[in-house]
Amino acid sequence: MLRGTVHALVGENGAGKSTLMKILYGMQRPDEGTITLDGEKADLHTPADAIRLGIGMVHQHFMLADNLTVLENIVLGAEQLHGIGGKARAKIKELSDAYGLGVRPDLLVEDLGVADRQRVEILKVLYRGARTLILDEPTAVLVPQEVEALFANLRELKSEGLTIIFISHKLGEVLSVADAITVIRRGTTVGDADPKSVTVKQLAELMVGSELPSPETRESTVTSEVLLDVKGLKLAAVDAEGIERTVLGDVSLTIHKGEVLGIAGVEGNGQAELVEAIMGMRTPDAGVITLDGADISTAPTRKRREDGIGYIPEDRHRHGLLLEGTLWENRILGHVTEKPNSRGALLDLTAARRDTERIVKEYDVRTPGIEVTAASLSGGNQQKLIVGREMSHLPKLLIAAHPTRGVDVGAQAQIWDQIRQARREGLAVLLISADLDELIGLSDTLRVMYRGHLVADADPATITPEELGSAMTGAASGHLEHTDAEGEDR
Amino acid sequence: MKKFDKDRLILGLAAPVLAIVAAFVLTALVLLATGKEPFHAFNVMFDKGLTSDSQVFILNKATPYYLAGIAVAIGFRMNLFNIGVDGQYRLAAFFAAVVGGAVNLPSVIQIPLIILTAMLVGAMWAGIAGVLKVTRGVSEVITTIMLNAIATAVIGYFMIPGRLAQLHADTNSVSTKEIPSSGHFFGFDMGTDGTIWGFIVIAVLVGVLYWFGLSRTRFGFDLRTVGRSESAAGASGVNVKRMIITSMLLSGAIAGLVGMPVLLNDAHQFSTEFPAGIGFTGIAVALLGRNHPIGIALAALLWGWLEIASSKLEFEDYDKEIVGVMQGIIVLCVVIAYEVVRRYGIKRQQQKVGEELAAQARTKQEAAA
Repeated sequence: MLRGTVHALVGENGAGKSTLMKILYGMQRPDEGTITLDGEKADLHTPADAIRLGIGMVHQHFMLADNLTVLENIVLGAEQLHGIGGKARAKIKELSDAYGLGVRPDLLVEDLGVADRQRVEILKVLYRGARTLILDEPTAVLVPQEVEALFANLRELKSEGLTIIFISHKLGEVLSVADAITVIRRGTTVGDADPKSVTVKQLAELMVGSELPSPETRESTVTSEVLLDVKGLKLAAVDAEGIERTVLGDVSLTIHKGEVLGIAGVEGNGQAELVEAIMGMRTPDAGVITLDGADISTAPTRKRREDGIGYIPEDRHRHGLLLEGTLWENRILGHVTEKPNSRGALLDLTAARRDTERIVKEYDVRTPGIEVTAASLSGGNQQKLIVGREMSHLPKLLIAAHPTRGVDVGAQAQIWDQIRQARREGLAVLLISADLDELIGLSDTLRVMYRGHLVADADPATITPEELGSAMTGAASGHLEHTDAEGEDR
Repeated sequence: MKKFDKDRLILGLAAPVLAIVAAFVLTALVLLATGKEPFHAFNVMFDKGLTSDSQVFILNKATPYYLAGIAVAIGFRMNLFNIGVDGQYRLAAFFAAVVGGAVNLPSVIQIPLIILTAMLVGAMWAGIAGVLKVTRGVSEVITTIMLNAIATAVIGYFMIPGRLAQLHADTNSVSTKEIPSSGHFFGFDMGTDGTIWGFIVIAVLVGVLYWFGLSRTRFGFDLRTVGRSESAAGASGVNVKRMIITSMLLSGAIAGLVGMPVLLNDAHQFSTEFPAGIGFTGIAVALLGRNHPIGIALAALLWGWLEIASSKLEFEDYDKEIVGVMQGIIVLCVVIAYEVVRRYGIKRQQQKVGEELAAQARTKQEAAA
C-alpha cells in the first residue's frame, strides 16, 4: 500500500478480511509473515502498539459511549495526549477543520445521527495520531448522500498524506473511491485490481468466481389477501432532556401475502421501534396490529412468533444470537416451543442438533461443527444461521431488518433467493434496509419513513436510489417525484 | 466435534484446580511467614480431616452448603446475584420451626408441612427483591443485602419469650417450641461415627432437578437465555420480567431448604444458636462449582472438609483462622482463574474454527485441482 492512497480490500465473508485487519491492528498474532510499515518491520502485539505506530481502526460497530459528549468520547483513553480541557478541545477543532469533518465537540453522542457518529470515530482515531486508517465497512449504515460526504472526507484525508484501508462489500463504491484494490479469497490474495479499468462485474467474479447477484425481482406475486395490517400505531418516548418525542406517529401499513413491503429511511427514524412494536418487544401507546385476520396487538412476543412471524433482527448480536451459546442452542433460540426443538415442556436436543446440521448444510454456514459458539463464526455466517433458523419454521410474515448487512455477495444472493422463493409461496415480508439497491430490487411496494411517520410511497419499478435518498433525509417529505403512487399516512 | 468437547472439559476443570493449587501454595506461604511448618498442617488436614467420623461430619456440613450453592446458582444462571440466601434461609427456618412446633401431625404431613412452609417463606422473601427489580429497577444486590438485615431484625423481634419463642429456665436460652418427634427427619446411623442426616437425599434430589430443569426443559432454556442476553431473550419471546420474578422465587424456595437439614435432623428448634452465614458460603460454593450440580457438590464437600480440618488444626497448635484464609484465597483465585480461562477458551476456539475452515478450504481446492 502506498502512502496517501485509499486502498480497498474486498472479499467474501470469512475470506479473511477481518482477520487481516485484526492482525494489522494488533488484536491477533500472525503465525507467520511480516508487516512492514514505512520501511521498518512492525511487530504488533496489542492495539496500543498499532496506535503508537499510527494505525487506527474504525470498527463496523461503533465503539462510543452514548451518554458522553463528543469531546469526552474522543479524549477517553487518550487523556495523556492533550489533557481533557481546552488543549484537547483546540486539537479536536484543528483536526476537524483540517479534514472538513465538522464535528461539534459538546453534543452528546446519543443525539448524533449515524453519519456524525462515524465522523466522531474517525476523529477519535486521528486524535491518537493515526496516519493509517482502517475503515471496516463504513458505508453499510449510510444513505447515498452521506456516503458521498464520507468519500469527500476520505479524499481530504488522502490529500493530507494519510493512508486509508477501506473494507466494503459494495463494489460500486469501492470503484468510485479506491486508488487500488486487493481481492482476497479464503485467506489468500487472489489478485489486485486497478479501479480505473476493472468493472464491477469483473471484480465480483474475482471475489467469488461467479456472477454478481442482483436483487431484482420483477414478476409480481402480490395477492389480494391481507396478511399484516397495522393501524394507527403510536409511540412516544421521553428523551434524555425530559422532552417527549414522537417515535412513531400514527403509522399504518398493510402487507399482502406474497408481497415485500420495503421501508426506506435513515436509521433512527422509527424503523427499529416499528419492528419492535410488531414483534411485541415494545408496547405502543395506541394502534391495532392484525396478523392473518387475528388481532395480535396485546399478544406476547412468543405467541406472535408461534403464530408465524419470522424475525431477522437489525442487530444480530443483541437480538438474534447468544454469542456464547453453541450453534444448536442458537438454532433453538426464539423457537423453543416449536418442533423440532421441543416436545411438550421438554427440549428435544437430538432433534435440535440434527436440524442444526441440516441448516448448516442447506444454508452453507461455514463452520467446523455445531458445537462451536456463535461468536466464533464470521458475521455473514452468523446471519446465514439466523436466516436458516427463521425460514425453517415456515413463517407467514418475515420481518427482515437489514438482512444482508455485513454479508458478502455470495451469501447476499443466497439470502435474496430465499426471500424471493418464500415470497412466491405466499410469504409476506417487511423489509427494512439501508441498502437502497436491495430495497428497490426486492420490494413490491416502498414506503419512506421520516421522523416516525410514513411520509411517502414509491414504486420500486421507477424510483432511483437518489430520489429515495432525498426523501429519506426529509428534503422531499410528503411527496416524491417520479412516483406512480404517493401517499400520506396521517 | 469430540475434540471441542474434550477441550471444554479440560478448560472447565482447569480453573478450579488452578485456584485450589494456588490456595494451597499461598496458604503455605502464610504459614511460613507466621513461623509455622506448613506441610505438617497439610498432613493433619488430610489425615485427621478424612477419618470416617470426619467424613460423616463433612457430609452433614455439605448438605446445607450444597442447597445454598444451588439457590445461588439459580440466580447466577439468570445473571442475578442473590446475596440474600442467608436471610431467606434463616427467616424460612424460623417460621418453619414455629409452624412445626405449633402442630403435631403424622410424619407424612408434619414433615412436608414444615418443608413447604420454609420454601414458601424463602420464596416470598426473595420474591420481594424480584418484584422491586422488575417494577422499580432496584438492583437485586442491594435489596437482598438489605433484606438480610431486615430478616435478622424480624427474627429478633419474634424471638422473645411470649411472642413466638419460649425461655428454657434450665439453660436460660430462648428458642422456638421444639418440633415433636413426628417432625424429625430420618438419618443413616453410622454407629460410633455418628449419623448422616437423611436430608442429604433431598439435597441430591434438588441437584438432579436443577440439572434436569435447566438443561432439558423449555423453561430452563428460557432461563439460561435471559442469563446470557436479556435483549436476545426478549426478542426470542421470553417474558424477561416474569422470568426474573420466577427465578427469584425459585432461588428463594431452594434457599428455604438450606436450614432444613439442621432443623429436621439435628436441632429440632430454632434458637439463637441456629447456624448463620451459610448463605454466603453458598455464594463461594456456587462460584467454585461453576453453577454445575456436580461441581457445586464437590465444592460443598471441600468446604465441609476445610471446616473439620480447621478444628483438627486447632489441636495441633495451629490457628484455625488459617482455614478461613484458605477459603478466602480459593474464592479469589477461582474468580480470577475463571475469567482467564474463559477468555483463553474463546480466543482458542476462534483460532481453531479459523484453522479448520482454512483446512477444509484447502482440501476442497486440492480436490478440485
